[in-house]
This record gives sequence, structure tokens and C-alpha cells, in this order.
Amino acid sequence: MPDLTLREAIRKGLQEALDNDPRVFIMGEDVGAYGGAYAVTKGFLRQYGPERIRDTPISESVIVGAGVGAAMGGMRPIVEIMTINFSLLAMDQIVNHAAKLRYMSGGQLMVPLLIRTVTGGGAGLAATHSQSLEGWYASVPGLKVVFPSTPADALGLLRTCLKDPNTIIYCEHALLYGVRGPVPDTYYEVPLGRAEVKRPGTDVTLISYGRGVHLCLQAATELARRGVQAEVIDLRSLRPLDLETPLASLRKTHRALIVEEAWPMAGIGPYLGLRLHQEAFDDLDAPIAHLCGADTPAPYARNLERLSLPDVPAILKTVAEAFGL
Amino acid sequence: MQLQERLTKTELVSFYRQMLLIRRFEERCAEMYMLGKIRGFLHLYIGEEAIAVGCMSALRPEDYVVTHYRDHGHALARGMDPKVAMAELFGKVTGCSRGKGGSMHFFDASRNFMGGYAIVGGQLPVAVGLALASKMKGEPRVTVCFFGDGALNQGEFHEAFNLASLWKLPVVFFLENNLYGMGSHIDRTYAGGRDVFKAGEHYRIPAAQTDGMDVLAVREATLRAVEHARQGNGPFFLEALTYRFRGHSMADPVEYRDRAEEEAWKVRDPIPTFQRYLLENAIATLTELSEIARQVNDEVEEAIRFADASPEPPPEALYEDIYA
Repeated sequence: MPDLTLREAIRKGLQEALDNDPRVFIMGEDVGAYGGAYAVTKGFLRQYGPERIRDTPISESVIVGAGVGAAMGGMRPIVEIMTINFSLLAMDQIVNHAAKLRYMSGGQLMVPLLIRTVTGGGAGLAATHSQSLEGWYASVPGLKVVFPSTPADALGLLRTCLKDPNTIIYCEHALLYGVRGPVPDTYYEVPLGRAEVKRPGTDVTLISYGRGVHLCLQAATELARRGVQAEVIDLRSLRPLDLETPLASLRKTHRALIVEEAWPMAGIGPYLGLRLHQEAFDDLDAPIAHLCGADTPAPYARNLERLSLPDVPAILKTVAEAFGL
Repeated sequence: MQLQERLTKTELVSFYRQMLLIRRFEERCAEMYMLGKIRGFLHLYIGEEAIAVGCMSALRPEDYVVTHYRDHGHALARGMDPKVAMAELFGKVTGCSRGKGGSMHFFDASRNFMGGYAIVGGQLPVAVGLALASKMKGEPRVTVCFFGDGALNQGEFHEAFNLASLWKLPVVFFLENNLYGMGSHIDRTYAGGRDVFKAGEHYRIPAAQTDGMDVLAVREATLRAVEHARQGNGPFFLEALTYRFRGHSMADPVEYRDRAEEEAWKVRDPIPTFQRYLLENAIATLTELSEIARQVNDEVEEAIRFADASPEPPPEALYEDIYA
């Protein structure tokens, strides 16, 4: 089982799709000659040519809208929106059209569109380039949202997404591209809507996705030194959302902390917390805790940005305060 | 009214019939709206029928059509059964979108009628994508994308024109310029002047203007535009000059418009104009046209009966067709 970076795993998945399905093509800003803003599609233009690796103008609305139309027209477009912050310019195409066409057409149309985008903060990019909007998209019926934290999941989820006949927002955290991990040689897929226990434990459940999973795993290592066994759950997909895996864990540990970078209001964390309270109230030893991004626009200054995002000390502090562990 | 091509009497009379069907259908829609049978927004196409009929007559079945929220005329001209259209307006399960779309969201994939899009300008990028799919698959399809003058001021107008031209996509951008975006006159909202089709030049998209009150002129202009796109020459921008005889929607008392302007356009009503043409050129007799009017009337009444008698969507439909 070779080790791949998350970037390499996504590249592998995209190449497989381009090799195996003539309907697949990639379009977006600088995906071709430039090689992708995050170098995911580097070399693809030479390998697959400009018909299938399409550089577009900086025009997010028509990039996504053309993806919607091409998907309805029988192609299998993969659209790259350079960062989720720019997806706001395509919000109408994503939320009003891609997500709704099947419903509003009474089931006549399908929009099998994959939108790859980069999300998350921590790189000093300030307020317009550091947002975690995946929870917004997860709130929209008709969309699916996935968010891998490991190279193996990135490849497995990508394979599943490219077989799914719906519009999917595939989120890549900017700080995870270099994360390395084992990726099976044999073919496998990761189903949507199935969370994974990334580390088993008995005393407290840490629930997260994307970069937060790595923070939780580090925190769990530190907690283990203190004799506390934390179970770490990676949601992997925000819609469909797996409630069963967190619930099973809660029934064992009786305590849960949800960790995410997004803002405190109206996100996936608050929704998940509510559902867990409703479903597992009698199993809880304490209210479910939520550690998230600061309720502010992302600041530029290093110290302020650090304060604005969850990190390992903050997780440990919250576990101590909320659960006395 | 110039007839450049040889059309049969049957074809010409069918144009008349279709325009009359759209007109009568929508007049009755307005009444059904007042009775509460139709909910939501209802945007009538009355006055613009020559565009839908002239354009659709120039298309092949495999061509894609996308349009805006004022979509009844396009759907009927594309061949949607009036019963199915009326049932959709009534919110019935027998409607074209099974009661999930309503007036602004008609779809008929079996006729490649890819929908009414209710966000101004939102359909332009989608049309570019449909054309892209056709081009990549090597299909000889053209996508016709209707939009109104209100959409000129959306960023998507620029984005879609730019990309379609860069990639030489087989799309006809069909502007129905009725001079008003909701209640705002084009002179107050669009800085580019009245001959909007000239905007195509900036994108190197060939363009033409046609008389949207003349079904034959629209047909000929569309034939040329579609042929341009079908031959692989890239997009074409067609502007039809027209007028919306009623308000923006049923909620609009049209207080912002000059009555003299309205009257000047109503004199050019495409249906009586075409009727005169048919009579003066001895293509049809008044008796024949009266018989058509009677048939159209019956057809619309039958549509209303069908819609009224149809069942509502079952409760479980609420959660159906969210995902494929």
C-alpha cells in the first residue's frame, strides 16, 4: 500500500475518471496551462488536451452554469472553483439551478456535476479567502457535500462522487494537500453518508471533518497520555450526513465535542449537535460541546487568525471545561 | 411581412393556430388566476406570441430550448400539450413538472425543452453548457436561449457571451426585447442604447435584429441564426423587438407605462396582423380561421377541465425527485 499525499490521491482519481469515461472533462480557472491554483491538475493539459482540460475565464457563474448545462446534456463535467469563497459568485447556479432542476422538473432532469473547491483558513489570506462555507451548501436539499481528510478517503470519495448522478460539492482543505497516508492499490470506494471512526475510544467522542479530524487525532494522542481515551469520528460527508456512527459512539462515551472551522451559527455543527441531543439525550453525561471558528470575519494577523480557528490546545481546553476530562 | 421561403398553407395556418392557442391559453390563465386556481406569480406572454411560434418553427426536435420565467408561450410552441401545461399551473400531478415547478418552471425533456428559469439571466450559463455538451459529443444540435432585456444587466450576459464565443459553441442567444425589465424601461436600465444586438460585436458574435411582431420575420431570422450555429460557426445573437401587452405579472397594474406607447404597439398585435396577411394573400378564408379559433377555444377549455379534474400530487411527492 503506497503512501500518497491528498493532492496525489485526488489527481489519481481525476486521471482514472478521465481515462475511463469519455464524458468526463475538467473546466475551471487555470486548471490547464497553469496546472491548477493548488497544482492538482498539473500536467493534465499535456496529457488530455484542451478539449478535456478547459481553461476558463474568471467567470464563476458561467463556469458552474456551463457545468450544469453540460451535465444535463449528457456529459460528466468536473468543475473546479478555485476557492469556495469564489463560489459565492456562482451561488445562483449552484443553489437555484444545480440543486433544484431535478425537483422542479418533476424528476425529468439530472445534473451529475462535480464541483471541486478549496476551503478553510489558516494560511493568512484574511476575510475573503479563508471561509468555510461547506455547511451552507450542506443545508441545501438537492446538493451533496463531501469533505475528505485523508488521501484514502479523498480517492474513495472521488470515485463514488463520479458515479453519483447528482451535483456534489467536493471540498478540499487548502492545508491538507500535503498530508500523506496509505492508499490501497486495489480498487475501493468510500460511500457517501458514512462517517468513519478514525480512532476508537471510550471516554469522549470528538466529531469533525477535513482538517479538524487531524486536530482531533492529535488531541486524542495528548488525551491518551492523560489516561483519557477519545474516539475520533470523521464525518467525511456533510450531506448525506451519517448520524448513526456518532450516535453509536455517544452511547458508548456519553460525551461529544464537535470541531469545525465554520462560524458558530447556522452550520453543520449546530445542526448535528441538535440532532444528537434529540436522539441521544438520555445517553449524555453533559451537553454536546461545539468548538468552531470565531464569530468574526477571518483576520489577517498571525496571532489573531490563530485565535480564530480551532487548534489542539483549544480542543483540550474545551474537553476539560465541558467534560472535566 | 416578407415571405422569403415557400411555406405550405398547412404550415402558415399552423403558425396562426399556435399563436392563437398561446393567446387564448393565457387569457384563460389570467381568469383562472383570479379564481384562485393558479397560484404564485403568473407572467403572461400576450403580445409576444410571434417570437415563440416563429422561432420554434425553425428548430429541429433535437435542438435544446431554455428560457425564462415567461415560458408558457415557448412551451406550447415547442409542442407541450396544453392540458399538461394547464395542469402544471393548477399544481396538479399531471402537470409537466408533476406540480413541482409551476408557471415559471415548465420542463419537457422529451421535447428538449430544458426549462423555464426564474432567476433573471440564470439560464444563459446553462444554455452555454448544453451547447458545450452538444459540441463535445459531436451532435448537430443547437441550443436556443431566450432571455429578456432585463437580463442584459446581469453579469451572466457577459460571462455567457464571452465563453460561448471563445469556445465557438452552437448557441443562439435570443433576446426578446420588450423594452421593460419588470417596470423599468430599457432606456433607464441599459447604457448601451436601443440596438442591443450590436453588443454582439464586442464578443465577435454575429447578430441581427428582427421584428418580434411578425412571425415570418422571426422564423427567417431564426433559420439563419440557427444555421450559423449548426454549421459550427459559434454563437449567434438575435434580438426580436416586441412588447408585453399586459403587466410584468398579474400583480402589476402597469402604472409606469405610457398609454400611447401601449396603443402604438397593440396596433401591431401579431395575431390580427398575421390573420390579415393570410386573408389578403388568399392563404386561408375567414371561415377557416374562425373554425381554427373555435378549435383552439375547445382545446383550452379541455385543458382547464383536465387540470381541474386532475389530482394533486400525493403527499409523498414532497420528498421525491430531490436526488436522482
